[in-house]
Amino acid sequence: MVEAGRITQGAVLQARAQPVTQVRVVIILVTLVGWELLAQSGLLYRDVVPSLGKIGMATVTLLSDRDYYWNLGVTAAEIAAGLAIGGISGLLVGIVLGGSRLLGRAFEPYIYYLGPTPKIIFFPVMIMWFGVGSGSKIAMGVISCFFPIALSVAAGMRQIDKVLIRVGRSFRANAWQMVTKIYLPAMRHPVINGVRLGLGVALIGTLLAETRLSNQGIGFLIYQAYTLFDMPRMYAMLIVLFVIAIGANAIVGWLGGLHTSNATDR
Amino acid sequence: MTTAILKRGSLAPALLGLGTLLTVIGLVEMLIRVGVINRYIVPLPSQIVMSFGRLVTEEDIFGRFRLTFFEALSAGALIAVVGVSIGILLYRVNVLRLACETWIAALASAPTVLMYPLFLVIFGRSAATIIMMGFVAGLPPVILKTLEGLSQTRRVLINVGRSFKLGPMQMFIKILFPAALPTIFVGLRLGLIFTLINVVGIEFLIQFGGLGQLINDLSERYDLPGTYGAICFVILVSVLFFIAMERVERWLRPAE
Repeated sequence: MVEAGRITQGAVLQARAQPVTQVRVVIILVTLVGWELLAQSGLLYRDVVPSLGKIGMATVTLLSDRDYYWNLGVTAAEIAAGLAIGGISGLLVGIVLGGSRLLGRAFEPYIYYLGPTPKIIFFPVMIMWFGVGSGSKIAMGVISCFFPIALSVAAGMRQIDKVLIRVGRSFRANAWQMVTKIYLPAMRHPVINGVRLGLGVALIGTLLAETRLSNQGIGFLIYQAYTLFDMPRMYAMLIVLFVIAIGANAIVGWLGGLHTSNATDR
Repeated sequence: MTTAILKRGSLAPALLGLGTLLTVIGLVEMLIRVGVINRYIVPLPSQIVMSFGRLVTEEDIFGRFRLTFFEALSAGALIAVVGVSIGILLYRVNVLRLACETWIAALASAPTVLMYPLFLVIFGRSAATIIMMGFVAGLPPVILKTLEGLSQTRRVLINVGRSFKLGPMQMFIKILFPAALPTIFVGLRLGLIFTLINVVGIEFLIQFGGLGQLINDLSERYDLPGTYGAICFVILVSVLFFIAMERVERWLRPAE
């Protein structure tokens, strides 16, 4: 009976999925055909909308270019360093603010309101402090990801079951043990969510800084393609970058069990 | 969230926060004066405060603010019209919603701001590039929240509409849209925040327009107090904007 119910449900889901797939295929086809027609029409300046063949070729060339992977490695290292420094400091600040009502009420509004300000405006200051090399890009990653991680962790701290904290104290756990054995396992989801949000903004902060002033990294390559007016290469890099960014976001969300992640809570 | 924090809060935490901020500023002033911090990297906080007058008289900061505000407002109007329309369309055509909702969510998490060199090529170094970048960044949350708001309309309200034999258009105007309005505004608030961030950021990056360009200009002139002062002004404007948005949202959701 149960088995029959499952089969019926599966058939209903499959029947519902079919038109959705068809609509998706139609949307993709219309977009691609529209793009190709626009490319061939000459309505826009030459190569502003390159043909799909050119973009495909540029993508293949890009993915077989060793230099691209080296620059990808530079950007990945900068983002990883920024995320590590910003993440650890955000975690510590979040634990302190979430663990104390007084400190939370005193300082959290500053973090809350500074969080959504445009971070790229700090780039001239970061250049003065850390130079034109990777340091300023890592710093941009740090200030980008610190705020969402600190806010998520502080909110997560407040949601921890008080019983768990009392259990930790009754075992006379020290501060380090409380963090590693009680706080972090209990607020895994808010922490991962914060890291997911932090990763997205660290990526944007680092790459934008690279487009502004750099001689290495993916941001630099994108801007170089713009200055050389190599549009197929620019499209190829943006496509690959979007796939990497969305993929990384999905992986972090999946690792934290955030299958129902809400994209609007950036 | 902060509203709740501020509501719960008493004077003591606010004074502690403000006192700490002023102490840190005083400490930085002292450390620069005794030479621990290099004054050619970090200007004196008192110099930053003094630079505000110069930013108003010589750099026309309010004129630049108006330009940034106009760009953000134009992009905001676009995301409101286009975002809400697409949200309604997806609500009406369920198969389209099932096909596109995850794509829009993915677009929301994509670093679309990095498309600015592409927009530079298409629209040139102009306000159009800035407005379009703001539009692209702010669109996904408006669509998703419009869809969410319309989908979560309480069954009882729809039944009331049906009992009055309302037509589809009347049902939408009298029941669905008013019920979804608070959630739609949450989307608009998020969208406007992303729009403002992108507008100022792109102004800075392409060196065109209002406040973002001013920061770039001042830093290239190595006017340190002016640069820090302009950054403080942008932060102040952003914070006031977020507070205003929160107030409007709270006004639309009196029950919460």
